[in-house]
Amino acid sequence: MAESRHLGDIILKIDHISLSFGGIKALVDISFQVRRGEFLAIIGPNGAGKSSMLNVINGVYHPQTGTVTYKGETRHHMPPHRAAELGIGRTFQNIALFKGMTVLDNIKTGRSLKIKPNFLMNAIWFGPARREELEHRRKVEEIIDFLRLEDIRRTPVGMLPYGLQKRVELGRALAAEPDLLLLDEPMAGMNIEEKQAMCRFALDVNDEFGTTVVLIEHDMGVVMDISDRVVVLDYGRKIADGTPDEVRQNPEVIKAYLGVGH
Amino acid sequence: MIYRETGQYKSNYGADEQIFPIRQDRIGVMIILALAYLVVPFIGNDYWFSAILIPFLVLSLAAIGLNLLTGYAGQLSLGSAGFMAVGAFAAYNFMLRIEGMPFLLGFILAGLSAAAVGIVFGLPSLRVKGFYLAAATLASQFFIEWVLTKFPWFTNYSASGVITAQKMVLFGYAFDTPVSRYVLTLVIVTLLALVAKNLVRTRTGRDWMAIRDMDVAAEVIGIPMLKTKLLAFAISSFYLGVAGALWAYCYLGTVEPQAFELTRSFQLLFIIIIGGMGTIVGAFFGAAFIVFFPIFLNLFTSTVFAGQLDPGMLSHLEQFVFGSLIIFFLIVEPLGLARLWQLGKQKLRLWPFPH
Amino acid sequence: MLFFIEVLIGGLLAGVMYSLVALGFVLIYKASGVLNFAQGSMVLFAALSFVSILAMGVPFWLALLLTLAIMVLLGVVIEKVVLRPLVNQPQITLFMATIGLSILIEALGQMIWGSQVHGLDLGINDIPFNFYGVFISQFDLFAAGCAAVLVAGLSLFFHKTKIGRALRAVADDHQAAMSVGIPLKHVWTVVWAAAGFVALVAGLLWGSRLGVQFALTLVVLKALPVLILGGFTSVPGAIVGGLIIGATEKLAEVFIGPYFGGGIENWFPYALALVFLLIRPDGLFGEKHIERV
Repeated sequence: MAESRHLGDIILKIDHISLSFGGIKALVDISFQVRRGEFLAIIGPNGAGKSSMLNVINGVYHPQTGTVTYKGETRHHMPPHRAAELGIGRTFQNIALFKGMTVLDNIKTGRSLKIKPNFLMNAIWFGPARREELEHRRKVEEIIDFLRLEDIRRTPVGMLPYGLQKRVELGRALAAEPDLLLLDEPMAGMNIEEKQAMCRFALDVNDEFGTTVVLIEHDMGVVMDISDRVVVLDYGRKIADGTPDEVRQNPEVIKAYLGVGH
Repeated sequence: MIYRETGQYKSNYGADEQIFPIRQDRIGVMIILALAYLVVPFIGNDYWFSAILIPFLVLSLAAIGLNLLTGYAGQLSLGSAGFMAVGAFAAYNFMLRIEGMPFLLGFILAGLSAAAVGIVFGLPSLRVKGFYLAAATLASQFFIEWVLTKFPWFTNYSASGVITAQKMVLFGYAFDTPVSRYVLTLVIVTLLALVAKNLVRTRTGRDWMAIRDMDVAAEVIGIPMLKTKLLAFAISSFYLGVAGALWAYCYLGTVEPQAFELTRSFQLLFIIIIGGMGTIVGAFFGAAFIVFFPIFLNLFTSTVFAGQLDPGMLSHLEQFVFGSLIIFFLIVEPLGLARLWQLGKQKLRLWPFPH
Repeated sequence: MLFFIEVLIGGLLAGVMYSLVALGFVLIYKASGVLNFAQGSMVLFAALSFVSILAMGVPFWLALLLTLAIMVLLGVVIEKVVLRPLVNQPQITLFMATIGLSILIEALGQMIWGSQVHGLDLGINDIPFNFYGVFISQFDLFAAGCAAVLVAGLSLFFHKTKIGRALRAVADDHQAAMSVGIPLKHVWTVVWAAAGFVALVAGLLWGSRLGVQFALTLVVLKALPVLILGGFTSVPGAIVGGLIIGATEKLAEVFIGPYFGGGIENWFPYALALVFLLIRPDGLFGEKHIERV
């Protein structure tokens, strides 16, 4: 299926990125590209720098050297809100939902950038504020249907089980209708059924909406079946980049995952 | 059996996005408003208006203001009374120095002045968080108090520092009786409470709560930190400013900077903790509690101890109970009375069945 | 010039008094991440208890011991009743709980011991002595000495005793400390007891300076800018912050204040701390932390 899909031009280009905290090198001279419509997985053992990579892409961390080119715009550093405006959506490794808000409000908040009325219009409610709230409610309900969250839309997210929270977080990212979706270990800590469901959702997003997906996972098995391409990081360095089959046979990858001597 | 939403099917999102989606709630609010507007003005006496209802309403309004900033946007402020002071003294000076200034416009300008000051003192929130910010808001409290005491221009060179509110006249009608001031306060508070409710159920409020709950995620979504935080400071201060003006004009009639000391800021904080952080109705619950509780305690002790308790002891006892309640609420029900009210309604929905 | 030095020294010594209160905050913040707003009330409670026990005719040292026992007990009770149930709540919630606690303790103290102002004489002359033409208050010097002994004692306690090391481990990382078998609850109890002790020392010194009265709780407002400046987690920060605040506050009051009609000591330390905060958001000695997502 990976071959059959049409991939577009390059949407994201990572060029010689290096990042360190104090003396610790989190990323060393990383380069790779992502094409429009692609499903890319970044894998690697714990501490390989996967999350740092995502944080560089959407501007949470500032790399010391290197550039990120997104939609043809090359930047050394892009503030996170600018990344959001340009259509980069994101979920987090440790759930970063708005705990005091309901599922509905969390997903609505994901759309904040698209809701235009200012606070004065909101204060009056009647007029633009009401019109847009209802219009966006419809969009949000589409996402709720898509992710099958109908019966919990009024539940505060803090009260939901872990697996559902992860799904709500995906919903919040989707609400912004991103062109590039960054998923930070969306399947961590899930049982096999939840993992399959999450895989399904991620693939559907990629298929149906044409969203480019960059997914992080430390478990090789899951991503091999669903990704077009896999980038492997180890100790902050890129050790492999290719189709799942190529990566699976790469001796460096085998070494990183199984250790020397096997 | 009465409080049940069965049969109220919503066929469009408009019906579901009302302030009170459940019909019984709408009827309940209507009844309360009808009582407040049509019954209370005719049966209440001057003592009730001046000593209980007006301060209750003004404190509710101020607490809504603080709740927008602290309960919704998550920026703990210990300087809210300072902004009330700005409102009170701004209203006074606008009406004093501009000939023929209508008092309602004066109140709006008072709110705007407080909002402007609020933005200035909100600026540190862009760099500092949590306790550091709370401590910074204390600076605003002390600074405002100091400015109003040290620069006699603000009090129009009154020797005692006390200002006397000008008359409030609208289309030839003077608001000079307690009942008229009660109705005036009620109208303003109702309107602003409605506006607050609208703000918190639209993008403005969601952005605030997003920053409160997880600021990094909010930023990644694209919510502008600077604008959203400063807006919270501005609108919160606007409410506090109007409340300050009402405190001076509708409640006391005369006011001095000392009316807005740190203890008042704490009082407002207690109102929203007890009433419910992050709710509009909680501000009313909390204010009612703080106004009525001392009266009940007084009644209670004078019955039990037959008036043996001296006033000093009584005020300590009151403080003691407040302190305990705040801790109690934070431990047991951090969402305050508003949450208890909601739970009660939940039970009522199912009543008389256990599940 | 001589006058300038005199004001400066007076300010520095006053700063030591601020540090004393700030120290209590740092102790608790380090171990449990709570900014204990009730520290000021604990200072009042300590001073009030001490003078009231003294007034019953109890000898000085016995009264001191009894008060210490009361303060330790108070600290332990607070830890168990108020803070233990709030573990894992947001820091701001804990902070608000301590605000509630502060009015509760204030009221409790005055309900038990009465609310009249008491004098407190520690038997130290407050006659300034002349040091090469600069007048220095003996009392302030004594207070500075007490603070020095206290800091030295606390440092020894933290670095040389087993419980002290446990405490530092807890301050570093609750989870990790627990996983190596440090009894977290035990450590917190000790910290609150220690904070009670610091409150006692501060209460005695402040009490003999201002008289034992309600206004003692306001010293907490003096300590906050010190904490902002020095960082909430640093003992040396509390000392240095106190000195800086004390000195600049007095200098500003004497040399700048008159241009504004005086009375700037309430907000000036905050403004100073704020300006500083904008430059260094984690305080002078505060730990820098990297936000992880």
